[in-house]
Amino acid sequence: MTATLNRPVRKQPVKPRTTFRRRLSKWDMKASPYLYISPFFILFGITGLFPLVYTFWVSLHEWHLIMGKGDFVGLQNFANVLGDDRFWGSLFNTFSIFLLSAIPQLIVAVFLAAVLDQHLRAKTFWRMSVLLPYVVTPVAVALIFSKMFAENNGLLNNLLGNFGIDPIMWQTGTLPSHIAIATMVNWRWTGYNALILLAAMQSVPRDLYESAAIDGAGAFRRFFSITLPSIRPTMIFVIITATIGGLQIFAEPKLFDPVNAGGIQGQFQTTVLFLWDMGFQRQNFGKASAVAWLLFLIIVLVGLVNFLISKRIATGDSHRTRGSRRKS
Amino acid sequence: MSVLQRAGAVPGTGTVSGSGKPVPKRRGVRSFGSDRRPGFLTYGILLVFLFCSAYPLWWSILIGSNGNPALGMEWPPLLPGGRFWTNVAEVMNTVPFWKALGNSVIISGTITISVVIFSTLAGYAFAKLRFKGRGVLMVAVIATMAIPTQLGIIPLFMVMQKLGWTGELGAVIVPGLVTAFGVFFMRQYLVDVIPDELIESARMDGASMLGTFRHVALPAARPAMAILGLFTFMTAWTDFMWPMLVLAGNPTIQVALSQLQSARYVDYSIVLTGAILATIPLLILFIAAGKQLISGIMQGAVKG
Repeated sequence: MTATLNRPVRKQPVKPRTTFRRRLSKWDMKASPYLYISPFFILFGITGLFPLVYTFWVSLHEWHLIMGKGDFVGLQNFANVLGDDRFWGSLFNTFSIFLLSAIPQLIVAVFLAAVLDQHLRAKTFWRMSVLLPYVVTPVAVALIFSKMFAENNGLLNNLLGNFGIDPIMWQTGTLPSHIAIATMVNWRWTGYNALILLAAMQSVPRDLYESAAIDGAGAFRRFFSITLPSIRPTMIFVIITATIGGLQIFAEPKLFDPVNAGGIQGQFQTTVLFLWDMGFQRQNFGKASAVAWLLFLIIVLVGLVNFLISKRIATGDSHRTRGSRRKS
Repeated sequence: MSVLQRAGAVPGTGTVSGSGKPVPKRRGVRSFGSDRRPGFLTYGILLVFLFCSAYPLWWSILIGSNGNPALGMEWPPLLPGGRFWTNVAEVMNTVPFWKALGNSVIISGTITISVVIFSTLAGYAFAKLRFKGRGVLMVAVIATMAIPTQLGIIPLFMVMQKLGWTGELGAVIVPGLVTAFGVFFMRQYLVDVIPDELIESARMDGASMLGTFRHVALPAARPAMAILGLFTFMTAWTDFMWPMLVLAGNPTIQVALSQLQSARYVDYSIVLTGAILATIPLLILFIAAGKQLISGIMQGAVKG
């Protein structure tokens, strides 16, 4: 049956009837995909790719915010940035704040996700409650927390004073200021990450838990031997997103000290804040562009390291399962 | 990868993806421990988290309504005072609050509509249409997701200056009109959701490409479009650095808020009132669309 039906169709190309309608339809089929994707590529090319490439061109010149382009200086701007202590300081601050936020955040988020991954009453209510901080914008978060962490009359120092503890120099100390800024980041993102991890946890087949429970594995044992290995891909996703976000942190340190860019001694000046300060306060566009490109390279590098580590972890997977099997 | 794919069948997200294997229902397994109702400890922990999530906001309301003297107290007050509306008026006097709010709505709204439309178009093409260079172009889209937009601000600023757009909303809108994430997100969603046969049969019935898109792809894409729209709106609304650079004189709500504390005399209670005021619109959105936002985040883990 089907063969007889097919035959006329196969015959058609032999005797092409290129009516206008058909040609239009053919053209439609060929061109449409490109038409659909072109807005993205055109707009992205203008507002995303071109600026990145042009930044490199600017970084090769002396370039002033108002006076504009000056002499071609080659890689001099890069050399200046690499010889600038504030650049290295800003990198140190960025990584310090990143680690202080990412590590506790991830641990708490996994814990919170495990708590939420139960047969809860009012499930949606609890999920929404952990997500509440996410809808407070970073600017509002920064304003609220910088008042809580104020050195005089801040909420935290007041409370500590009640217990006879000396006020902590949240804004002048290096480590305390990093902790304060990391707290802002953690407060906003922990619940969000917990929900992402929760989604992964819910997809772990329940019979795995059941058989582990029958074999006598306790709740902690089940968590470390089943849950954690199963959500590894999502963990990697969360880590990578947190890293990229952490390297670009700007609003929190900017608003923590509105007068100086990142504290009087730059004790919490992050690299993006340094870039902003160099370009728009000191008006040195050439050097700021060099900072932008160095930061870009660092982000690519960190992305690669992340990728390699996550591959490592993924291959280390088999040891764990073997271990658990032996136990049973 | 299989774990990620299976997560598509999370209850509530509504899609069954990839593997096509049915996931065992949670309620089916009655016999084992963790499916029983959890005890007080669980709810205690969740209450502590609820307190930590809500207290900073509550504290801002307390200080905003009690005024600066409340900051000097050893223990913060427990209940709001009567100064809230005075402080609200003060916020309105210090910064152009309504203008800024309007600017934010226009900017975020335009960006959201544009990102959703263009992402759906491009995502559909990448997911379901065959054309030359598709693989390479898709890799290009994914690669551009890694480029932080902040790195291009210097030439972008020069362009806006040259065009005379500083202070114009277009300076913030145009760079936000498309996102690589949006294209990627829609592609991932549409690959699973639309069966190829459906497109073929629409084509056989003589529908044009655009007609097929409108009648087959658009209805199927609607849930993902809602989620993408919500996220895009959030991102555009919370953006701070770029609007601060190009819209200093005609601020968005975030920039206006930050200007509160750069006034010569900084009144903390007014700054905190402003922070609360600026949070209210998103809070309303959150209450209205919170469920969808949550399912979107849960799905983000799957598709990311």
